[in-house]
Amino acid sequence: MDIQTWTFIIVGATFALYIGIAVWSRAGSTKDFYVAGGSVPPLANGMATAADWMSAASFISMAGMISFLGYDGSVYLMGWTGGYVLLALLLAPYLRKFGKFTVPDFVGDRYYSSTARMVAVVCAVFISFTYVAGQMRGTGIVFSRFLNVDIEMGVVIGMIIVFFYAVMGGMKGITYTQVAQYCVLIFAYLVPVIFISIMMTGNAIPQLGFGGTLDDGTYLLDRLDGLSAELGFAAYTSGTKPMIDVFFITAALMVGTAGLPHVIVRFFTVPRVRDARTSAGYALIFIVLLYSTAPALAAFAKTNLIKTVDNVEYSEVPEWFTNWEQTGLLKFEDLNNDGRIQFTGDPATNELTVDPDIIVLANPEIAQLPNWVIGLVAAGGLAAALSTAAGLLLVISTSVAHDLFKRTLKPDLSDKNELWIARIAAGGAVIVAGYFGINPPGFVAQTIAFAFGLAAASFFPAIILGIFYKKMNKEGAVAGMVVGIVFTASYIIYFTFLNPEANNPDNWWFGISPEGIGTLGMLLNLAVALVVVRFTKETPGEIQELVENIRVPGTRK
Amino acid sequence: MEDKYQVYWKRNLTILTGLLAAWFVFSYGFGILLADQLNNIRIGGFQLGFWFAQQGSQYAFVIIIFLYVFLMNRLDREFDLREE
Repeated sequence: MDIQTWTFIIVGATFALYIGIAVWSRAGSTKDFYVAGGSVPPLANGMATAADWMSAASFISMAGMISFLGYDGSVYLMGWTGGYVLLALLLAPYLRKFGKFTVPDFVGDRYYSSTARMVAVVCAVFISFTYVAGQMRGTGIVFSRFLNVDIEMGVVIGMIIVFFYAVMGGMKGITYTQVAQYCVLIFAYLVPVIFISIMMTGNAIPQLGFGGTLDDGTYLLDRLDGLSAELGFAAYTSGTKPMIDVFFITAALMVGTAGLPHVIVRFFTVPRVRDARTSAGYALIFIVLLYSTAPALAAFAKTNLIKTVDNVEYSEVPEWFTNWEQTGLLKFEDLNNDGRIQFTGDPATNELTVDPDIIVLANPEIAQLPNWVIGLVAAGGLAAALSTAAGLLLVISTSVAHDLFKRTLKPDLSDKNELWIARIAAGGAVIVAGYFGINPPGFVAQTIAFAFGLAAASFFPAIILGIFYKKMNKEGAVAGMVVGIVFTASYIIYFTFLNPEANNPDNWWFGISPEGIGTLGMLLNLAVALVVVRFTKETPGEIQELVENIRVPGTRK
Repeated sequence: MEDKYQVYWKRNLTILTGLLAAWFVFSYGFGILLADQLNNIRIGGFQLGFWFAQQGSQYAFVIIIFLYVFLMNRLDREFDLREE
């Protein structure tokens, strides 16, 4: 069977599965809709969290980015996994004990202030929309590349699927579809990499093949360093970014991860405090399965790519090369007219432009794997995009229905009506997300830095202080969040939108790039909060009581 | 007499401090700050600093979380705070 038929069959089967699960797990109450009734077993929650967290970017783009960044790509690997340690140790158990539905719930109640709640709602909605637009776009791209439909059509199909299970099932439907989506995506990611690892290094475990030897007995990484040097790229195993920037970006990604509302809210869905701890551990195992494979894939693919295309006659390139040239992901321009491809680190002589996404997408073809593997990769990319999109849409819907309507505008709202508002909000959010997926704002890439920076500079410090510093009051927390957000947002806006020419290490403060500035924003938030609290009214007794209470599992006697 | 919950909280903070120190050392320490020095040590095809940045730190994170789960479950039991 050809690639298209396989892709139709596999993608069709997975979609049928997701819809089946959605019908089976409809939400009957707001508690079902917001937190899946608080009854998700830790292992299932771990898988759902992993799928929730691993987006189209993790699945499609990350290995490619590492491939081209080498050591510097480690910021993503450490940043996007290390955040789970913070989540597990500093946030998840206490927020589970607190036991409400949303992050703004915690911020609003803990700081006895609807201003704080509103700041949190605006951040949550902004972060989630930023993210979800990218997921819808990712869905469209996978559809258009593998199934030859327009990107627009692809986005619409994705919207219909997500609409179906997010609006009907809420968190309950999302959780169980995410479990299925995790299985699809991890299988789809690992199969081609295992094949390639065996072919290149003779080792079936990519994590070991990564440090193994090639046919001629040289170590893969040494070969890659050698090839990189020959072609004028920086050595693969040592980076080019200044150390302080690597440090700050890693920290911003870690802290941002721990502050993302759609990840935090997953820990509200388990029955007990100790389940929140365990499920954070499971989630990280499931994530590391992909994240420790990605750098191995990056190294295999880079070596393979250089060996296959550099200094090869253009008329003799393999078929996949021509296929992917048509999509625009590969571009060859014969600068010196010798009919051969020169792939070098010097922009003046380099003739080949490679889009990082190709590393995962074209991987099965480069390695000459069977056609069904290609269909599988398409299904995996869609699973990654749709699972993350659903989690984000739920945050938007909960923020509107619960934090805005129920907690702020209309406290006497009945459970049934609140559920209706939540469904309508989820539906509306799907449409807005789809719109941005079809007409992506030109700055999607930068806005991801924005989302992490804001999560790092706003939620994370506010929640940490709320748990670990009993006396933190609303004045301190609000002042801290506002300063953190304004500082981080201004720095990113200045360098990416207002004055992009100045966006280089010479102009950065302390050599910190906009991607890493969230860390400084977080430190500022903490500093401002700790100063302001000294000069303002003490936290009311019942709030201090609340804090005492969330620090301990079970009921206090 | 200090109340039981305060003792529990202090013990919790001690556990957190230790584990967060490990978290810092395995990622920022070995993977970033000391990466160049560690790269002089080789294990198979890996330079050690590079390995910590792209592999080792992740494994360390998993171990840290499960250590935390183990220590906290033990602490909960010791203070009779285990939820049913």
